[in-house]
Amino acid sequence: MSRTLAEKVWEAHVVRHGTGAEPDLLYIDLHLLHEVTSPQAFDGLRQAGRPLRRPDLTIATEDHNVPTVDIELPIADPVSRTQVETLRKNCADFGVRLHPMGDAEQGIVHVVGPQLGLTQPGMTVVCGDSHTSTHGAFGALAFGIGTSEVEHVMATQTLPLKPFKTMAITVDGTLRPGVTAKDVILAVIARIGTGGGQGYVLEYRGSAIEALSMEARMTVCNMSIEAGARAGMIAPDQTTFDYLRGRPHAPSGADWDTAVEYWKSLRTDEGAEFDAEVHLDADDLTPFVTWGTNPGQGLPLSASVPDPEAIVDENERVAAEKALSYMGLTAGTPLRDIHVDTVFLGSCTNGRIEDLRAAADVLRGHRVAEGVRMLVVPGSMRVRAQAEAEGLHEVFLAAGAEWRQAGCSMCLGMNPDQLKPGERSASTSNRNFEGRQGKGGRTHLVSPLVAAATAVRGTLSSPADLV
Amino acid sequence: MEAFTTHTGVGVPLRRSNVDTDQIIPAVYLKRVTRSGFEDGLFAAWRGDEQFVLNREPFRAGSVLVAGPDFGTGSSREHAVWALMDYGFRVVISSRFADIFRGNSGKQGLVAAQCEQSDVELLWKLLENEPGTEVTVDLTRNTVVAKDFTAPFTIDEYTRWRLLEGLDDIALTLRHADDIATFERNRPGWLPNTEPVPVS
Ligand code: SF4
Repeated sequence: MSRTLAEKVWEAHVVRHGTGAEPDLLYIDLHLLHEVTSPQAFDGLRQAGRPLRRPDLTIATEDHNVPTVDIELPIADPVSRTQVETLRKNCADFGVRLHPMGDAEQGIVHVVGPQLGLTQPGMTVVCGDSHTSTHGAFGALAFGIGTSEVEHVMATQTLPLKPFKTMAITVDGTLRPGVTAKDVILAVIARIGTGGGQGYVLEYRGSAIEALSMEARMTVCNMSIEAGARAGMIAPDQTTFDYLRGRPHAPSGADWDTAVEYWKSLRTDEGAEFDAEVHLDADDLTPFVTWGTNPGQGLPLSASVPDPEAIVDENERVAAEKALSYMGLTAGTPLRDIHVDTVFLGSCTNGRIEDLRAAADVLRGHRVAEGVRMLVVPGSMRVRAQAEAEGLHEVFLAAGAEWRQAGCSMCLGMNPDQLKPGERSASTSNRNFEGRQGKGGRTHLVSPLVAAATAVRGTLSSPADLV
Repeated sequence: MEAFTTHTGVGVPLRRSNVDTDQIIPAVYLKRVTRSGFEDGLFAAWRGDEQFVLNREPFRAGSVLVAGPDFGTGSSREHAVWALMDYGFRVVISSRFADIFRGNSGKQGLVAAQCEQSDVELLWKLLENEPGTEVTVDLTRNTVVAKDFTAPFTIDEYTRWRLLEGLDDIALTLRHADDIATFERNRPGWLPNTEPVPVS
């Protein structure tokens, strides 16, 4: 029978098929931990007197609330400090490899796994973080889980799960210059809505997706969750293999050949049926930004703030009204006229080396606008080191941006990197919910290119506006 | 986990759609390392508003939340369920739940009861016109009853069975420890492990 990529990976991990209403028991190949969603799970293990079944399939990093300046000092915020210290103690007690603040491999969990070569095609990857979908860029089935599921994986290395539905998102054609993976995924979310992917694994395919680099594929898969989906996947191909070859945890020697042969089988079969299909034409896409308070409330940069009155669906109209009032925006204002106070370049969506390169290319020879602060936060220490080796930090600093240490930072404002009430950001992160980047903060989601151009002009802009 | 068969408590109308987990409990509360005491973070951004439903009697003591569609979207934080339960909620009713939130609820003993949006609207009206109305959620019959309002709700069968029995997830899985061990023996040897490797 023809099967989709997601179904193949699923089947390869079924420990036990459920009967009746009982779910399948799925084996988990890699479990990623961070300081926020793991403490209660470790606590649960301790209380029940259960061991961690596979410390050798588990890895931890400190990311969500680590400071991105003065990292050699103790963390000032007592609660953040407690979480980080608790993770260190738990990892020591249970024998888990940990990359703490300051370590050369520390960084956002979804940047660290791929760069170490731990994320490979056909694997099942979980983490107590919804953006685990990022790892699907390798053709892995990767999804976020809650803390009690974290505990479950710790104790059993499995999860009881019901099969997901599958949705094909086909993007054919060629992206125009200045249009990035971020614009693709924002357009997908605007099309299907924040609930449109609910219950689905999205498989991104088509010529425009195949043409993307691994970094760009990760950006796309990362935001599958913003479309409501559990996971996003892209079939592995030569781009994937080239990225993996030689990474610390990638197979080598004869194992490499065996692995590649298997990985090549991980494609949706001809004639396999998806439960739903969506098509986008890459040639139609332009830089995309959000104007509201959920990631589905986005429009091309050339558009204007929408008029809620024109929205037919009542729930959506009310949501748009609330969003505009929270965002302090007036219907009809061209998006390009919106002033920002802050530009955030970073996160597991757009904090990889390619993102920093793209932004630096735009910034070179320009200055960040008067009254605008720009934070550049590499996704990992390795990305940071790479950027410094390429001299990118000098471009950022010369433009007047801040060059920070690695972490989640202003993506969710758990560390001191926050917006003040009423402040407005152009952010390369993935969520523009109310208060996400700080209480009362207003977020516009953008690509790294738009972020950099916006920093220079002080209003939402694309590089094409910088001539 | 405590078994759930039927629960009766004050219904709280929350006329909002797309209540995401950042709204249910903002990120700052996630820094705790304990498993209890999250009630103070519940809907924190809205609790400052005197008119917010949970700041008004008799809703303050509510235990059945009736919310708009797409409840629990956003970040996978399980703290959202803990905050609701620590506050005293046993049931959330909505016409659509985010997958992760629904999964998390079932595991903690919070019933995520899915009703038709038209029934949610009727329930909202009833609870607003007669504040303090008690709602009975019967998991043995999958019904929501309040005064003369009755509506069915759906919940997946497996979660329902587990809630009714009060069964712990891990114990259930560990009954299949042999299957897990067999699976592990057959995993390809080239799959990665996380033991540090020297970087060349
Ligand atoms: S960067 Fe943002 S979205 Fe990514 S893991 Fe960190 S907090 Fe979550």
